Amino acid sequence: MKNTISHRVADFLKNFPPFNVLDQKDLETLSEEITIIYKEKDNIIFLENDEPHPYFYVVNKGAVALKKGTDKSIMDMCDEGDIFGLRPLMAHENYKMTAKAHEESILYAIPINIFKPYAQKNTAVGNFLIESFASNTRNPYSKSHRGKLYDEVLEINPIAPNTQVLDLQSVQYSKKLVTCSATTSAKTIAKIMTEKNVGAMLVVKDKLPIGIITDKDLRNNIVTGKYPITTKASAIMVSPVITYNKNLTITQAQMAMMKSNISHLCITKDGTPNSKAIGILSKHDVMVALGNNPAVLIKAIKRSKKIKSIKQIRKSITHLLQDYLDQNIPIKLTTKIISELNDACVKQIIKISLEEMPSKPPVKFAWLALGSQGRSEQLLQTDQDNALVFENVPEDKLIKTTGYFLELTKLINKGLFDIGYDYCPAEMMASNPDWCLSLDEWKKTISHWIINPGTDEVLLSSIFFDYNIAYGDVNLVNELSEHIFETTKKYPIFYLHLASGALQNPSPTGFFRQLLVEEDGEHKDSFDVKRRALMPLTDAARVLILSHSVKSINSTAERFEKLAELEPNNEEIFMACSYATRALLKFRTKQGLLHNDSGRYIAIDKLTKEEKIKLKRTFKTIKEIQELVSIRFKVSNLLR
Amino acid sequence: MIDFFKKEVNEYPDFWLEYENSFNEKPTDDLSLVRFVVLDTETTGFDYLNDRILCIGALSLVDRNIAINNSLELFLKQEHYNADTAKIHGILKNGGASCISEIEALEKFLGYLKNAVIVAHHAIFDVTMINRALERNGLPKLRNKVLDTSHLYKKTLLTSNVFKKKEHYSLDELAEKFDISKKDRHTAMGDAFITAIAFLKIKSRLKSKGQLRLKDLLKMG
Repeated sequence: MKNTISHRVADFLKNFPPFNVLDQKDLETLSEEITIIYKEKDNIIFLENDEPHPYFYVVNKGAVALKKGTDKSIMDMCDEGDIFGLRPLMAHENYKMTAKAHEESILYAIPINIFKPYAQKNTAVGNFLIESFASNTRNPYSKSHRGKLYDEVLEINPIAPNTQVLDLQSVQYSKKLVTCSATTSAKTIAKIMTEKNVGAMLVVKDKLPIGIITDKDLRNNIVTGKYPITTKASAIMVSPVITYNKNLTITQAQMAMMKSNISHLCITKDGTPNSKAIGILSKHDVMVALGNNPAVLIKAIKRSKKIKSIKQIRKSITHLLQDYLDQNIPIKLTTKIISELNDACVKQIIKISLEEMPSKPPVKFAWLALGSQGRSEQLLQTDQDNALVFENVPEDKLIKTTGYFLELTKLINKGLFDIGYDYCPAEMMASNPDWCLSLDEWKKTISHWIINPGTDEVLLSSIFFDYNIAYGDVNLVNELSEHIFETTKKYPIFYLHLASGALQNPSPTGFFRQLLVEEDGEHKDSFDVKRRALMPLTDAARVLILSHSVKSINSTAERFEKLAELEPNNEEIFMACSYATRALLKFRTKQGLLHNDSGRYIAIDKLTKEEKIKLKRTFKTIKEIQELVSIRFKVSNLLR
Repeated sequence: MIDFFKKEVNEYPDFWLEYENSFNEKPTDDLSLVRFVVLDTETTGFDYLNDRILCIGALSLVDRNIAINNSLELFLKQEHYNADTAKIHGILKNGGASCISEIEALEKFLGYLKNAVIVAHHAIFDVTMINRALERNGLPKLRNKVLDTSHLYKKTLLTSNVFKKKEHYSLDELAEKFDISKKDRHTAMGDAFITAIAFLKIKSRLKSKGQLRLKDLLKMG
């Protein structure tokens, strides 16, 4: 039966091979027979050795992990448009891997008996299938394999994205050629290269590559004064160009670059300089293919023009994090690097969103990261907490200005959502009109919180006061901080309330020093490491640092270090807190990576003895700092 | 008295009796076995008395699966016709050959619906519109259990003084929150589809306290 939904499905499928080669009518007929399946995170689609379903699957939304063997190592990650579970149907064998929803996913189940005739009738579809079944060098995270058929028998061992097997991978080169002709002037070339943010320009004649000009060539020939800025490309280009065909592997590319001491290779249709140039491969591309290097990732983020490509990079960041933890790199350094990378992602998303807006911002603004992101403690992706402040405008312009920024923040929040930051369930996001205010409006709100410190106000301030500027005008943010310090000084009673709020988190251990676990709900019997261990430290650090009027130190561990410096007599306890914070953060991150979640709830019975001892050791410190806060701010038992 | 009752029942057409009979089946409380029919109606307006159904879009959801070939899209012939609504919904009066009369549509709809649990966004509106149509044709009201995604969605939100829940959440808001493409919005089938995906996502967010049962869902909305 033809209907609106089958159109919707066909509309999606037509973008991906092999469906893109089917004609519209066939695709619609096929779509009418599809079943749409919703899977929650961690739901199983099929198990290894299961008998094949009468369907194969296409990922519409979300991601599906294909796992194999007893250790359940991830062999492959299928994204939007990827097909899986087809080969066993064609080969009449059982599933070779387990397919599990890695995120909340929507799948299209395509009945094989309907699809098969098309595969037989249409040679292009058949060829696609044969080609993808035959290829067995695969990089789970490379775009070059996007859209291929994944569920194939693997002869090689499971590959982590970082291992040597990748060397046999064909390389991902940039297909957007930046070219000029032999008569283009050096000045124009430099301009275009700056605009396109590339390091090399290909000189072509009738689409054939005749030379290449890199940053280095411009520096050596033009900047040194050897040639004038009006020189034609032909005079300074390096010729002939080293060319290869597109099946070049990463290792071959590296070898070629080293051999000729060059940084760019030209990819041509048949691999010789006598055929059409189709792409360019830089040292940077090779490095990206080789994997996880923060500098490369930062560069890749900054070059991203689409949210989608940032989403891919986010995955590499998670792998990098995993590597760092595996190699036991100090958590202090790890936190810094990962925060920088996350920060770069946010900045780039704001930049992309700004470009999407019909006009430039009417006034200056600043994007504030709140909560754990503001404290630069966010290693795993959690919910979004953010806000926006903009320059004061005359009253008659306020509505229009607010309108502009609400439109912008909606784009940014959506962008962040797309790369994996869930929407904040309490709507503490800049797209909420309450969190997108002018400087004066913010000042008013903050004064209200400080002067009337009820439970809600204290909660709001404890979330908001950890803000960190992620993008925009720093003066606006400084003014906001000044305002907070001034107001709190005038109303010192606020410290008392903030301090008592800091003491309200439930205790981590019971009377017999046993770990206290959640008594009911979804996380029954697991330990809430965020609420029972990390939050008491974070809250204590916040109220203490605020009472010292120290601004722009946001990370809890660093706040404690600063406090140790300011109060030498309490150095020991503050340093212990700083250490405990980092230890807990690492603990949480490891748990989160293990379970592909926020790591907040820990199943106690799965911990090793050593881990339990480590966890308990931090609790003594938590108790001590809570006592210090309680005495210093004279939190009476009444208030607690 | 019993005789009188029986006589009345017999006046109903066969398709209604069949529909009633489907309720003799013992209802299940296991959510993976329950058949949900997610539906949306497009109407000539919002007046229960004077406005009419233009189109019904419905799809069934069993164990989180939606089979496209098992969905229902009905276009109804119109006697009264309001140009404004037609513009929004893009359904022209007697536009296609597939337009059917109200009673035919009800027959097809009930045959499809059976004893399924109805899911709709602001369900009261759709259910009332259908009930009015049934009434006009001398039939009793729908007997199905009803879930409203607008109510259910509110249950997924945090209960906190810091954050005020809205009275109503539109389907657009749900689509944005759950990242569902708004393609075909304001067609009955398109809206039914968005509602279905939203319902699935809401359901997965609601199962906080142990296994969620149909009973729990019905209590919430």
